[in-house]
Amino acid sequence: MEVRPEILIIIIGSALVTALPRVVPMILLSRTSLPAWLRTWLGAVPVAILAALLGTELLVTNQSLVGADRIPMLIAIVPVLVIAATTRSLMGAVLAGMLTVSLLRWVWH
Amino acid sequence: MRPAVASAEVGTLGSGARAALPIVLGYLSIGFAAGVVQRASGLSVIEVVLMSLVLYAGSAQFVVAGLIAAARPGELPVATIVATVFLVNLRHVLLSAALAPHFTRVSAIRNALLGLQLTDETFVVAWTALARGVLPDAGRAAWMAGLNLSAYFSWALANLAGALASGMVGDLRAIGFDFALPAMFGALLVLQLSAHRDSVAPDASRATPGRKLFGVALLSAVLAVVIALLVPGQWNILIATVAAATFALSMEQAWKSARKS
Repeated sequence: MEVRPEILIIIIGSALVTALPRVVPMILLSRTSLPAWLRTWLGAVPVAILAALLGTELLVTNQSLVGADRIPMLIAIVPVLVIAATTRSLMGAVLAGMLTVSLLRWVWH
Repeated sequence: MRPAVASAEVGTLGSGARAALPIVLGYLSIGFAAGVVQRASGLSVIEVVLMSLVLYAGSAQFVVAGLIAAARPGELPVATIVATVFLVNLRHVLLSAALAPHFTRVSAIRNALLGLQLTDETFVVAWTALARGVLPDAGRAAWMAGLNLSAYFSWALANLAGALASGMVGDLRAIGFDFALPAMFGALLVLQLSAHRDSVAPDASRATPGRKLFGVALLSAVLAVVIALLVPGQWNILIATVAAATFALSMEQAWKSARKS
């Protein structure tokens, strides 16, 4: 059990280039107020990122479309969205999704 | 069942930590998988733990593990790996910039510390709470710190557990653990869209209405999937998000000028 020097350089270098985009806007943009158009643009960012992440997670793996083994997930996302919309409970929606996926897999195997 | 986002109503470290519960659940599964994968790529347990504590970025850690595993022994492409991580994590600019206007009363040092632990997941939970107006100015930084720290330590613990258990992994899929993260993205997306519809945030007048945001979400998802299929690497999230947000802005401008004339 050891830490190789080149791995340490990778870890520190990666951490630095990750910290910049995380930290710099947070410091600079909290000191000046943003123009209205930029606020509109930024306001659309979270929804866009979430939708992009969700679409990719559900449909893409290793640069190709997912296979039939992902069908339980594609079905289970429906109760997740419905429960989130009706109860507004994040935990409830996630647990319902996991339960649905495990039930579907159990039925199909 | 405690509604995670609603528990954000008091701005304290503890309420922030509680709001992180769904993230913790997701991180425990993904972090465990990350630990297994990193160990399998040839990293020692200590290296895995260092990676999760110092780098602390899920997708980037998977990418690093993949690149290390693909490299010939003794010929680690250090610069390539660091440059790739930079590209993978560049999207945090968008998250950090979106949060910044809500933390104007927080010192630069505290903002730096809060930003340092920003992830896709902590961002959306924080943003949802902010958009719903349940986070008072006072205690907002403490709440965010609680959220961040819960996510951070659950990630590190899960990485450690995965690294230690590497090679003797049972079937976490059977209980649907691998669906925790996609489910969270989906649920947060719904909460985002409805938060904008009946927003009580101070800048509600500027918020893009829910129906338009639904179009933005659809566009972004389709773009992300298409780009992920066509372009190698993890560019798809960044490109799709920038394109969809720019589309939202141009629709807003077109709508405004149409109303004026």
